Amino acid sequence: MARFERRTSDTEPGFTTASLPDIVFMLLIFFMVSTVLREQNIKVRTQLPQAEALTKIDQKRLVSKIHIGPLKKGENEGDTRIQIDDALIENRNAIRTIMYNKLQQQPKLIASLKVDQESEMEVINQVQQELREAGALRINYSSNRENPPQ
Amino acid sequence: MPGLLDERREDREEAEIPTAGMADIAFLLLIFFLVTTTINVDTGIGMTLPPKLDPNQQPPPVKERNLFKILVNAQGELLVEEEPANIGQLRQRVKNHVTNYGENPDLAVSPDKAVISIKTDAQTPYNRYIEVLDEVWMSYREIWDSIARSGSTPQGEEVGLEQTYSSYQEYYNTLDPGDDNKIRDAFGAQISIAEPDTGE
Repeated sequence: MARFERRTSDTEPGFTTASLPDIVFMLLIFFMVSTVLREQNIKVRTQLPQAEALTKIDQKRLVSKIHIGPLKKGENEGDTRIQIDDALIENRNAIRTIMYNKLQQQPKLIASLKVDQESEMEVINQVQQELREAGALRINYSSNRENPPQ
Repeated sequence: MPGLLDERREDREEAEIPTAGMADIAFLLLIFFLVTTTINVDTGIGMTLPPKLDPNQQPPPVKERNLFKILVNAQGELLVEEEPANIGQLRQRVKNHVTNYGENPDLAVSPDKAVISIKTDAQTPYNRYIEVLDEVWMSYREIWDSIARSGSTPQGEEVGLEQTYSSYQEYYNTLDPGDDNKIRDAFGAQISIAEPDTGE
């Protein structure tokens, strides 16, 4: 049995962990790429409505979010306000300029309206008129998937 | 003492950077990114707003029979084609309207001519508006689903799909960006958000 003798000789047994960092790095890079670090500080409450006929926006780059909802003020809620990026909009007529500038940078812009479900249509109509003024015609009423009926 | 150094060098194993700790560092970073990542896909109801109206130009005329009017008042009650209606009937009524193909003289002539118009009051809850819009979209979805399953429009016209799909969504997923959506080309949806009253 020469084979047994040969085995006991040279190398120590053990896993090769040399490629472990590679695997981990690959995962790491995936998560680094998919992470959005700059989370917006949303100052209005937006509880989205529920719907069935949903479409997904695959290209996140095209999306510009407009938050509409009651201002968060500790426990109680203030009046309905509009937030684009990090700023609350004081003058609603300013939306057209903001959106126009965004549209210049990204011609295929999709304005994602994140509207609180208890809002009234008045403010949405105003925002839509502003978007039309700006020429940002692609919009998306952000909503969540409806819970399946019990 | 060059002799001593030389001797030592011969004994030494090959120089190597210890990489055992590398995995640990990478894991640590990995865990950080794992925890901070939120993979959320934006979902919603897509719409295209009408372009800004030229004040000198009249909007294109739509024949009364092709127009399907839905009004939602401040209480969230519906007025469909001038009659109070229930939201539960909406999906079927929209379907009847767009798949009429000129049969009933009160309903649309053809699907491309049919326009669904939704008009809301200033005080209409947004929730209700989305519900109505969703119902209208769902009636189109159901028609598209049946086209995807059968490969032809409700009138029996071939759409030209290579195969049949179990649903519209399945067909949609096979499309690459820039591809023609044959189902939507054959059976388009015209949903119009009516101009809000200027408040005079």
